[in-house]
Parts: sequence; structure tokens; C-alpha cells
Amino acid sequence: MSTTVDEMSRRTGAMSSAELAGERESRATVGDVTVANPRMVCRGVDVWYGAKQAIKGVSLDIGKNEVVSMIGPSGCGKSTFLRCLNRMNDTIDGCRVTGSIQLDGQDIYDKGLDPVPLRAQVGMVFQKPNPFPKSIYENVAYGPRIHGLTNNKAELDELVSASLQKAGLWNEVKDRLDQPGTGLSGGQQQRLCIARTIAVSPEVILMDEPCSALDPIATAIIEELIDELRANYSIAIVTHSMQQAARVSQRTAYFHLGDLIEVGETNQIFTNPKHRLTEDYITGRFG
Amino acid sequence: MHSSTLLIVLLGLMAIAYHFGRKRAISTAGGVARISTLHSLPAYYGLYAALWAGIPALLLMGLWTGFQNEILVAIVKSELPPTLLDGMSSGQIGLVVNDIKNLASGAIVSGAVTPEMQAAADRYIQLNQIARWAMWLAVLALAVGGMAYAWAKTTPTMRARNRVETIFMVILVVFSSIAILTTLGIVLSVLFESLRFFQSISPLDFFFGTLWSPQTALRADQVGASGAFGAVPLFTGTLMVSAIAMLVAVPIGLMSAIYLSEYAPRRVRSLAKPTLEVLAGVPTVVYGFFAALTVAPVIRDLGMAMGLNVASESALAAGLVMGIMIIPFVSSLSEDVINAVPQAMRDGSYALGATQSETIWRVIIPAALPGIVGGILLAVSRAIGETMIVVMAAGLAANLTANPLDSVTTVTVQIVTLLTGDQEFDSPKTMAAFALGLTLFVVTLTLNMIALQIVRKYREQYE
Repeated sequence: MSTTVDEMSRRTGAMSSAELAGERESRATVGDVTVANPRMVCRGVDVWYGAKQAIKGVSLDIGKNEVVSMIGPSGCGKSTFLRCLNRMNDTIDGCRVTGSIQLDGQDIYDKGLDPVPLRAQVGMVFQKPNPFPKSIYENVAYGPRIHGLTNNKAELDELVSASLQKAGLWNEVKDRLDQPGTGLSGGQQQRLCIARTIAVSPEVILMDEPCSALDPIATAIIEELIDELRANYSIAIVTHSMQQAARVSQRTAYFHLGDLIEVGETNQIFTNPKHRLTEDYITGRFG
Repeated sequence: MHSSTLLIVLLGLMAIAYHFGRKRAISTAGGVARISTLHSLPAYYGLYAALWAGIPALLLMGLWTGFQNEILVAIVKSELPPTLLDGMSSGQIGLVVNDIKNLASGAIVSGAVTPEMQAAADRYIQLNQIARWAMWLAVLALAVGGMAYAWAKTTPTMRARNRVETIFMVILVVFSSIAILTTLGIVLSVLFESLRFFQSISPLDFFFGTLWSPQTALRADQVGASGAFGAVPLFTGTLMVSAIAMLVAVPIGLMSAIYLSEYAPRRVRSLAKPTLEVLAGVPTVVYGFFAALTVAPVIRDLGMAMGLNVASESALAAGLVMGIMIIPFVSSLSEDVINAVPQAMRDGSYALGATQSETIWRVIIPAALPGIVGGILLAVSRAIGETMIVVMAAGLAANLTANPLDSVTTVTVQIVTLLTGDQEFDSPKTMAAFALGLTLFVVTLTLNMIALQIVRKYREQYE
């Protein structure tokens, strides 16, 4: 970030010192966690790994057609929080989630709710590209097949090609759909994973550091893709790169040791952070 | 003066060499204070001296003990009066030499003792004594010589550490080549004996003949001992028993591997896995009598109740029990490859809304399949080579049949029957065992190589 600490302190200097001390030091979330048209609404989410609390009372909305980025130092709980949103934490032994998380008004931790179809509505892209050891075609067709989304081969072909097109991979692979997905380059593999996720038409896509294993060119392509996907999906992205958060997201949430410290417009977070911890982080004082 | 005493003396010398080598290094450096000018730590100079003192002397001692007797016998034989050996065949000469040796050691002698033989025996004893003292002298001289060599070589710039490293590498190479050469020796001996067998029985008859009756006539006028060496019934028998075993072991082993690696809670796994592995620890001879005395009668009685004609030693009984024996083999190998499928595959599938069983059958198993197939091939080669169970439960009748309720015999069973008891070493009957063994070896080696290749290829996929 080009903004220096000095500039920061000049900007925040307008606040009264009492106000400043209170707001800048507390662990209650600073900024507005709600949005006008939410898709997902999280309130007071706690996550426990055994006796250790990884997430402490986090409330956050994810709006329609927006990209929310989650930043923070390693171990701050941002990935854990992301994995709550499609109940992927269920697969971890000893992990317990309390609080409420709603998708379109429906509590996803409701006893009667089946997490399996939920994960089709809330898709996920992982840090390391993880295509299945199958052909490119089969990788994308996997989700539609298990959910019975298409009635015949022609429809499936159509869906696969549409998903690959949306993921910006079609032109590169259309002549070799029957070749293994693991043979693609890292960036292509990650776009294949995005295509695979899109194929089951989710409402929300969660991305857990999707570019951290990729080179800068592949990263730029994925970032562009994320911006395009915003037209149809809500996206929550965890990233270690503050530049990436600034480039792709409309809102940014800063996590610190399991607390959601500050939420706001991405611009505001990076130019005018209200909390001292956020400021320390984005100015590179730690993390 | 026993040679074990010499060994102990040699060890003592090595200890002394170590001590002096170390001392020498320190003194050439110019005292304890200047140890840092040495190339290596003083202990390495000591070790260097000890190895020089010990290894050549030990080698000489080994060679000497190996060849002493033959040389002495040759000397004694050459000194025997020519009249004694007149007109004797080489076998008879061997007997005479044996008698002389027995006479020397005070054991029972086959015939009357002639003065010439007595003289030869005395000469043998005398030579033995000389040789023993000579060995002591030579070995100790070599040890001291080695020590002196190391002493002379020790200078502060001598790279004792690197030299010790080289010596140890050579020792390791020698030991590992012993294992490899032994394998090679076994293979070659089996190969040559098989070739001898194929000189009397045509390979065509052996590999394609359908009648197995390995009786050879001892006398020309013997009845019913024509000898037929068509191994096809043995191959089919082996295949049938192995196939039954795999039909039992593969589904059970694979399913339990999937349950243990994907579904079982940690507590269940920690109990079930060792229990399953106990199966692998049961001696095969126990499986054998379990098959012969428990399973076979049950199958026969069940068959009789259903109006079927079941042999009391059926392929089914042997195959079933062999399958049980192989279960832990299949399950632990499959579990390993299933666990080797990265968690990211599972996560990716769950994140698309797949259930656990969809994930297992559509992602995990296809990903692990090459490894599982490799494991199964290894299990097949074990089944083919398994002996004890089939010896007890499968029977000896070389029936060419496709009926699992019939009695069959296998390659391994026939090798056992051909070689148990007193045998002539040059009859085709005995050498048939080598031909069978070679066939078995080639088949299992091929299976193992294919299996290892598949497993390796699969491993590379995720590394």
C-alpha cells in the first residue's frame, strides 16, 4: 500500500481522542456489517475446534452481486469463517459452530437442513487447485451428474461448455475435453475448478485464497474472472494479498485472532481504516 | 588354539590399533592443544587404524579356513603311495580319503586300517597342526602390518574421515551384494536344473500336456511307472484355488478398507485395524488345518445335504481359507492407497454437494484404482505361491476340472510331494520340481513387477 502511516494518522486526526481510543481499541466490529440486499446473513457466529475458540461472535452479510474479501494475518480465522458458510467445517472432527447463518432467509445450521444440497448452492474454490483425476469434461460434469441437473447427453454437453465458457477456459480446452484435468497448468486447473463449481449453478461462491498457488499472469486472469462472475453470483474471497482484495472486492472484512475487527467499503478500509489493528495490518506493521 | 580365540585376539588388536591410531594422530598434530590442525577428529584416525588392522586379517582368516582343508587333502593324496590307489575310480579314491580323515579324527573307519593309511592319517594330523599355527602367524602379522600401514599413513593432512567413509561404503556394498548374489544364485540353480529336466521331458509336453503322473521307473521291468509330466492340471488347479481366494479376499478386503479409511470413527479404527492384522499373523499351517479339518468337512456336508457330490478335499475349501488369509493383505494395501488420495479431492467433491458415498465411489475409488489393482496383483502372486493351505486342503489328485467342488492340486503342492522323502537327484521326477518352481517364480515375478509398476505410477500422480 502506498498510503503511509503518517497520512493515515492525519486523516483520522479529525476524530475526537476519546472516540478514537474507544473505537480503535475495542474488539467489537467497526463499520456496518449489513447490506441492503443480503444473500447470506451471519449473526454472532462462534466456531470451536475442541476447546479452542477459532471464531468469536462474527456477524457479516454477503450481498447479492458483490465480492466480499476477507483479509487478516495467518490464523485469524478467515478461512474457518468461510468454511462455515457452506458447512464444510462439518467434515472436521471436533468442530462446532453456533450462532446463525442464513442463506436467503433459511438457517443453514437448522437441524432439518441437509448440508449436502446446501453445498451445491454455496460453491467453494480451494487454495490449491484440486481437479479430480478425471477428464476435463468429467470434472465439470461431475456436479451436474450427481445432482441430476440434465436430462440427456446433449444438455450435459451444453452445460459443460457453458460452464467452461463462464470460467474463461473454453477456448483453451475445447479440443481436448477428454484429456485429464490434472494435465492442465495451475491457473487452468483453478479455472477448471471454478467451472466445476459454476456447473451446479450456485448462488454464492466461496474462494479460499484461490490465487495463492498461481503465478501473476494466472492470478490476473482469475481476478478478471471474479469480477465477471459478480454479475451472477455473490462471492466471498479469502486472500492474503491486500492488493488482490483492493482489486476484486467491493467490501472488505478484516479478521484478527477470531474477531471480525472492521468491515467497510474496500476503498474506505484501505485508505481510511477506523480501527488501529486494521491500520497496522494494511500498513504492513504486522501480518 | 581354536580359531575363535584368534578372532578375539584380533578384536583386541583392533582396539589397540584404535587407541594408537588416535594417539598417533594427536602427536603428529603436535599435542592435544593443536588437534584443530588435524583434517579429521582423532577418533577417525583411530577408526582408520582399527579397520586396517582388522579387515585384511579377517579376510585372510576367512579365506584360509575356507580353503585349508582342500589343500591339505590334496597334499595328503599326492603323498599316498601310488600302489594304494591303483585302478580305483574317483569315487573309490574319495572313500579312501574319507577314511583317512576319519582315522585322523578318531571316528569309525569303513575298512581295515593299512599301515599306508595310518601313515597318511598321521601326516594329515601333522599338516593340520602346521596349518593352524601358520594361520595364526599370518593373520596376526597381517593385522600388525595393517596397523603399521595406518600408523605410517597418519599425518595431520590425511583425510581419515573421508577414508573411513569409503571403507564403510565398501563394506555396505559387499553386504548388499551378498543378498543380490544369493538371489541370483537361487534363480540360476533353478534355471539350470530346469534345463536338465527339459532335456528329458520336452517343454511342449510339460506346458501343454494334460496328464500329470510324475512316477518314473526305478527298474526297467517296473509296472505302471511310465511318468507323465503334463503340468496343465496343476496350472488350472492353481488358478482355480487362487481365483476362489481372490473372490473372497478382494470384496471383503476392499470393503473393509473403505469402511476403515472413510467411515470408521477413530475408536473403531484403532480396534478393528489391529484385529484385522492379527489375521495376517496367523501361521499358514494353522490356516491349513483349519481348512482341512473344519472348512472342508462343513462344505462336504452342506454339499451332501443339497445332493451334490463334494470331494472331501475340495478346491473350494482351500480357496475360501486362502482368501481369508489374504484379506488383511488386500485391505491394508487398499487402505494405504485410499488414504493417499489427497483430502483436497474429498473437499472438492463435498463442496460440489456430493454425499460421502458418491465421493467415495466416483472420486476416491477411481483415483485410488491403480493402487488398488496393484495391491490385488501382489495378493494374487501371494495366493499362487501359497503352499501350506493347499498342501493340507486341496489334495494331490491332478484333476483337470472346472468344478470347484472337485479335488484339485496346485503347483506348490506338487513341488512339496515331489521333494519330500528320499529322492534320486537326477530323475526327471525330482527335477520336475525345479521346472515347476521356475514357472511359479516367473509368474509371480511378472505379477509383482507389473503391480509395483502400477503402484509407482500411481504414487507419482500426487507427488
